[in-house]
Amino acid sequence: MIYVLAIFLPLVGATIAGLFGHWLKDKGAQIVTCGGLLLSATFSVIILNEVALKGEPQTIQIFSWIISGGFEVDWSLRFDTLTAVMLVVVTVVSCAVHFYSIGYMHHDPSVPRFFAYLSLFTFFMLMLVTANNFLQLFFGWEGVGLASYLLIGFWYEKPSANAAAIKAFLVNRVGDFGFALGILGVFLMYGSIDFDTVFNATPGKAAATMEFLGGTWHALTVLCLLLFIGAMGKSAQLGLHTWLPDAMEGPTPVSALIHAATMVTAGVFMVARLSPMFEYAPFALDVVCVVGASTAFFAATVGLVQNDIKRVIAYSTCSQLGYMFFACGVSAYAAGVFHLFTHAFFKALLFLGAGSVIHAMSSEQDMRHMGGIWSHIKLTYAMMWIGSLALAGLPFFAGFYSKDMVLEAAFAADSGVGFYAFWMGIIAAVMTAFYSWRLLFMTFHGEPRADEKTMAHVHESPKVMTIPLIVLSLGALFAGYIGYDAFVGTGMNEFWGKAIFVLPTNTAIIDAHHVPLWVKLLPIFVGLIGIGLAYYMYIMRTDMPAKVAAKCWKLYLFLYNKWYFDELYDKLFVQPANYIGRGLWKEGDGTLIDGLGPDGVASLVRNLAGRVSQLQSGYVYHYAFAMLIGVAGLVTLYLYTLG
Amino acid sequence: MISLNELMPALPEIVLACMGMILLMLGVFRGDGSTRSVSWIAVLVLIVVGVVLSSVQNGRMTAFGGQFVVDDFAHFMKWLIIIGSSFAILMSINFNERESIARFEYPVLILFATLGMFMMVSANDLISLYIGLELQSLSLYVVAAFRRDSLKSSEAGLKYFVLGALSSGMLLYGCSLVYGFAGTTSFEGLATLFKSLGGTGPSVGLVVGLVFLIAGLAFKVSAVPFHMWTPDVYEGAPTPVTAFFAVAPKIAAIALFIRVLVGPFGVLIADWQQVIVLISIASMVLGALAAIWQDNIKRLLAYSSIGNIGYALIGLATGTEAGIRGILVYMTIYLAMNVGTFCCVLAMRRTGRMVENIADLAGLARNQPLMALALAILMFSMAGIPPLAGFFGKLYIFLAAIEAGLYTLAIIGVLASVVGAFYYLRIIKIMYFDEPAEVFDRSMGREVRAILVGTTLFVTFFIVRPDIIVEGAGTAARMLLAG
Repeated sequence: MIYVLAIFLPLVGATIAGLFGHWLKDKGAQIVTCGGLLLSATFSVIILNEVALKGEPQTIQIFSWIISGGFEVDWSLRFDTLTAVMLVVVTVVSCAVHFYSIGYMHHDPSVPRFFAYLSLFTFFMLMLVTANNFLQLFFGWEGVGLASYLLIGFWYEKPSANAAAIKAFLVNRVGDFGFALGILGVFLMYGSIDFDTVFNATPGKAAATMEFLGGTWHALTVLCLLLFIGAMGKSAQLGLHTWLPDAMEGPTPVSALIHAATMVTAGVFMVARLSPMFEYAPFALDVVCVVGASTAFFAATVGLVQNDIKRVIAYSTCSQLGYMFFACGVSAYAAGVFHLFTHAFFKALLFLGAGSVIHAMSSEQDMRHMGGIWSHIKLTYAMMWIGSLALAGLPFFAGFYSKDMVLEAAFAADSGVGFYAFWMGIIAAVMTAFYSWRLLFMTFHGEPRADEKTMAHVHESPKVMTIPLIVLSLGALFAGYIGYDAFVGTGMNEFWGKAIFVLPTNTAIIDAHHVPLWVKLLPIFVGLIGIGLAYYMYIMRTDMPAKVAAKCWKLYLFLYNKWYFDELYDKLFVQPANYIGRGLWKEGDGTLIDGLGPDGVASLVRNLAGRVSQLQSGYVYHYAFAMLIGVAGLVTLYLYTLG
Repeated sequence: MISLNELMPALPEIVLACMGMILLMLGVFRGDGSTRSVSWIAVLVLIVVGVVLSSVQNGRMTAFGGQFVVDDFAHFMKWLIIIGSSFAILMSINFNERESIARFEYPVLILFATLGMFMMVSANDLISLYIGLELQSLSLYVVAAFRRDSLKSSEAGLKYFVLGALSSGMLLYGCSLVYGFAGTTSFEGLATLFKSLGGTGPSVGLVVGLVFLIAGLAFKVSAVPFHMWTPDVYEGAPTPVTAFFAVAPKIAAIALFIRVLVGPFGVLIADWQQVIVLISIASMVLGALAAIWQDNIKRLLAYSSIGNIGYALIGLATGTEAGIRGILVYMTIYLAMNVGTFCCVLAMRRTGRMVENIADLAGLARNQPLMALALAILMFSMAGIPPLAGFFGKLYIFLAAIEAGLYTLAIIGVLASVVGAFYYLRIIKIMYFDEPAEVFDRSMGREVRAILVGTTLFVTFFIVRPDIIVEGAGTAARMLLAG
């Protein structure tokens, strides 16, 4: 019972808050949704205990969804360790964000709508992680996409928010196209889209081939790559990442929940969930690994020079997602999910902390207009430190355990892509530490750069916002230490059960515990270097950043403009599409189709109608004449056809 | 000596005839002051006739030596006529008083016209066909010119009379040709004769006679090219009369059309089918096109009815059971839509005078939202937009045409209804989006309001239980073809 309740309480909350928001007022909507989430989070912890720690995975059948010929889909909830972990992540972070939003959004005129969207998103995310077949996964997948669209464009009066929402939606469509093709391909290959059926049949299909785009390919590789395109879109990997920074137009709690902790990790979850398929497609795994590593590096470089506090964290998210993917790419799914787990806490913490800063600074997001406020908002300052330390992977914070594990697994994979990922990861780690402390120093230290009015107004956030921060900070502090053994340590096999499948020959995750000492120490070392560098440039020699930027202005602009991805896409896709669309509209539709079709026909009809009306002269003898002619005509026709 | 039992099938007609004459006497002796009571009694009579009709009805029966036939088909059609006639009387009561043309002859004439229509529907012989037709027509000529002082009304009556006489002449000529070449006027006799012809086919004279017969009937249903009286008469006649013209005589004439063509001449379908197809197409196209330029709503409705008859004739052209059923359903829905629409036209009255221009409806949605809603529903239905009744009417007709392989006809029908949708939707557009014109007088009258509400509800909720009417129509069509 609690299994079903945990999933559907957010939906109930969303429905009530969404439909009856007018009557409930802000307070009622908040009580309904936050209460639902609190219960849901509690249940999720119980579920994690039963499913993962006691080792009792289960599947709850709700009803038969679609039965059409040989195509049968049930609606059922799958609870194994992977699901349970995601459940806890989603509901706990979502719960924290719900409460935080009570404070953050209290000025907003449409609070019930916001909470309805948040809860709706949570429901779809839970649908996604409890999916027992591809279609349900797709349902949740599209559902979170919808909720994300609604929330990014929550302030729909802002044109930039609308543009960002549309961009997120469209870029995700590209990924979803691949995903949908992948699902169709799975049905074509297996005749079923049920996870268990597909996974059980996979070893037998290891050598199967299929026709795709006119060639014959290794079937599983094609399927896995198609599915991975979907994951790339949702998880903002290199090439399909452009929507994520823009998505920061949404309210900050949304960024914390959707664009840091949960939805963007759906791609990682999907790869882990489909590990029984990916394991038999080594090339696809290599692609996952390379894409992940490249994203980790790319996003970190861009993060170095951004000035918007939320965008820095957004690129950091993008980069960390890259870590998770390359872990999966070397068959260390457990490490990837472990990083997902810890990352959810400290990244949500960072976002909510940033939200708290923005709240304190009267909605200012540009770090160049901040500075020197650490003494005014000490609690937030402390929280941001904890989040940054965890992100940089300094010892005994959550990120330390998971990030090191990811890097060690990459190294231990002992393959070309593994080493590529390892070194990319190390370089990204330097930069991660650098931009994190750049953010801290620019935001909290140095001379205040905001105007006096804003500075006078700087204040600590209310308790309803800081308590969620503290809860998440506990996660950022201890999640790694507590989870290490179960996720990737000695209790690993027992913990995961059958939720994750790794071929016996892929031993990266086991070997990761036996890598040379320098590999284990290097991430910490580079983290410290990054922090030191940031301290040197932003505290000791504050004139340095401008000098460096001036000296390497080409590189600076390249990074500042995010490697010109947006400009490139604009030139390659947006403008041509716009041009073609406008052409079709003006010339094709307006001139050709309207001219010949509706308009042409209409004017023809009008013309004819005018003539027909003129026949009606009003003279009786005209009428009588028409009748006689009619009869004569009919008789003639008759005789003609007869004879 | 005819036994009373033999007359039983004609009991409704006998009741109607007697009551009509009694009411006439009543009116003559009591004067015009009795108009209101005569009208109400006439409606009552019609209801009583309906009850008698249903209680007498029992399979297929004939009377008057086979000249008169009663079956499910006649039963169904007569009920439609009763409804149409009683609505016409109810709608006239207030109107005629306001226009100071409240004369007791009006309900009496309607009763006699109804009697004529009953005879038409039950005709089983060319002679009884003609008698029924003339009784009906003579009554209609008079009511068309009922507003004697109005030039337009007199002109309408006169035009109708002259052209009607011409069409009667054609009909009679056709009948005499048929009789001359077949040697009998009885439908059963004709049917037997044609069946015995076998492969040789009918003689030319017979076919020419049939064409003349069709021409005469086409005039009554106002099918192209025998339609030209319709707009003038619709416009000139008082509105309740127009409403009556639009429904009851059309239903009776189409019933007669069906009875003649699929009855005795059913075997010759190959010969008459193309004629019907031709006038059906011409009616649909003209109905759709000519209405576009109309400013006067009554003229517009005249063209609309020409178009609608075109659709009904599609069903006749198939000559199948499904086609006949389609016509019956179509005519039922057509009755409801037209009566409802004319109720709205009746309510178009400004400072005591009737206005009839479509532009006068401008902004009605803001002045009288309920009436605008009702009219909008009726117009949507006329345009054939689901889920309203008008859609189903067309659906059954087109389905029958497709089943019978008349694809061209069905396609032209659909295209014509697309063009036709333009002027129906234009009325809605004018009501809802144009700047409001002056307010109408709020004097619809209880009877009219009740009829409007009733027909609108029927049109809206037909989809809930279409089977009631469709099954009744199905039984009637089956019986007609079996007999």
